[in-house]
Amino acid sequence: MTQTLAPQSLEETLRSARDRGKKLLVPYVTGGFGDDWPHLVAAVAHAGADAVEVGIPFSDPVMDGPVIQETSRLALQAGATPSSVLADAAREQPGVPLVAMTYYNLAFRAGLERFAAQSHDSGFSGAILADLPLDEAGPWLAAAQAQSLATILLVAPTTPPERMERICKASSGFVYGVGVMGVTGERDALSRSAVEVAKRLKAVTDLPVLIGVGVTDADQARSLCEIADGVIVGSALMRRRLANQSAEEVAEVVAGIRRGLDRG
Amino acid sequence: MAHHAPEEGRFGRFGGRFVPESLVPACQELEEAFANAWADPEFLSTYRRILADYGGRPTPLTECRRLSEQLGIRLLLKREDLAHTGSHKLNNVIGQALLTKRMGKTRLVAETGAGQHGVATATAAALFGLQCTVYMGETDVRRQELNVFRMRLLGAEVRPVNSGSATLKDAINEAMRDWVGSVEDSHYCLGSVMGPHPYPWMVRELQRVVGDEAAGQCRSATGEDPDFVVACVGGGSNAAGTFAGFVDTKAALVGVEAAGGAAVTNGVLGVVHGMASLFIQDDAGQILEAHSISAGLDYPGVGPEHSFLAESGRAKYVSASDAEVLDAFVALGRTEGIVPALESAHALAWVMKEAGREIPSGSTVVLTLSGRGDKDVAQVMEMGII
Repeated sequence: MTQTLAPQSLEETLRSARDRGKKLLVPYVTGGFGDDWPHLVAAVAHAGADAVEVGIPFSDPVMDGPVIQETSRLALQAGATPSSVLADAAREQPGVPLVAMTYYNLAFRAGLERFAAQSHDSGFSGAILADLPLDEAGPWLAAAQAQSLATILLVAPTTPPERMERICKASSGFVYGVGVMGVTGERDALSRSAVEVAKRLKAVTDLPVLIGVGVTDADQARSLCEIADGVIVGSALMRRRLANQSAEEVAEVVAGIRRGLDRG
Repeated sequence: MAHHAPEEGRFGRFGGRFVPESLVPACQELEEAFANAWADPEFLSTYRRILADYGGRPTPLTECRRLSEQLGIRLLLKREDLAHTGSHKLNNVIGQALLTKRMGKTRLVAETGAGQHGVATATAAALFGLQCTVYMGETDVRRQELNVFRMRLLGAEVRPVNSGSATLKDAINEAMRDWVGSVEDSHYCLGSVMGPHPYPWMVRELQRVVGDEAAGQCRSATGEDPDFVVACVGGGSNAAGTFAGFVDTKAALVGVEAAGGAAVTNGVLGVVHGMASLFIQDDAGQILEAHSISAGLDYPGVGPEHSFLAESGRAKYVSASDAEVLDAFVALGRTEGIVPALESAHALAWVMKEAGREIPSGSTVVLTLSGRGDKDVAQVMEMGII
């Protein structure tokens, strides 16, 4: 095990960047999609990411729109497994915290303790399980905590206030505000619900508040970050990968969003 | 199988509510709405009146004289094929459409495999003046052309689904994705005893009319409870409704799965489509494609209560092969003049195979004929077996 694989604390990293006045950017990459995907993880990291979300492809991704459904399908077809994605994600030394993004069945089938340990040992700092809501999260939270793995919980536009507070208390690393009522994918305009969720979250938690789902470009990212601490961008990058753009071209999109956020 | 909601939506270690956060409030709202409605005499009387006046309930329990004689048992069919729209599915959608109105929503979203649930949902949408979108796997759209047209004829929009195996599992994924984006004005009218709490409980309650009627009819006809109660199982709604009427009797409960989609027989505990249950999956937890001659049973999972009934030993689950099913499909037509749905023919296939073996000669068997086979005639005709 090399030094580069020691996971950085996600929350400390994000908090300290935020507290320096930096807006946070977390790009998403589907693990196992394209031969050079670990290179893409490193490329987007070096283009100005504060952390990278690595998708572990699942056969039935109900929270994902057409783009990530397709990258997931192709990754599975190419033989990607949870173990291979976890093992390879940090191969090209991204140098920022990695967050696994997947669906609960993959962790459940592996065994929660085993999956958490494997994530930690592969250099991951946190995990997002898209279909594991607070009420069902107890066993996973215990397993993740034992490995110092952050669990990022989601808050939706429909989440009532009291529940939102409970989710923020149980979440670690950051809290993921779902920007729109819908599945992952690009949207032409910034949704009012994204701004609303960001506002509501900022009012109840000191955790870094990142907004994802529907965040498409630098303009949207910048205007969301007038309120939120940061954004997650996925489908906009993966769509370009599906169109055979190189890792460098996709990284340039990330760099563009970074410049937009830094301009403030 | 008490009427009230199971604690936290659990049936033993199965069930639960594993959905993206966006859907949690809608599931909670639905749970509360159904619990209130199901305890509201006015709701119950409206539901029952519609099932009677519009749906044709009660459906008869038919004694199969010729086939019984051949098999050496006493076989009684619960005739859900005679309910309006041709299957038991109407019981569920009438209840859910009433709830949709009660919650102030205006649109139904549904998945369908064989098309029977889609047709029933389209029917209820027309009856209650609701919009309706039905997701159906491309493979099923092809093999159930007639039902696709019926849905469109009833004013529903049918959206073919190309992802994955392009069958029921993928139609459910797509319906859930739709619901994530439309939850404020749409109700997901799930067709089986599966998905997140409260669906497995709610759909079983809405289908228990099948078992409650059959239990009374069997006692009237034979003076006692049956020895065996048999139903086919995909997600498991007709079986859950049937078993609910017999769970407190001595009857052996038998669910018959499709050999190529036998989640209870071959599945492993997993968490998919909102529920912890048994799923056919690989070592990594990727869900595998089911394969069955009947689109309605082409699902790699099963409702959580069935997983529980199997584990507790109260019900037994077996499977029937496509070939056995085709034999049963033809046999029922030729001995009784009833063409069953291919799904229902699974239940019959097991009874025909086991009569005089696991089912001792002279036993009384109640079998739920969940639907009629008109929708399958073209598919069977193409096979050229007759």
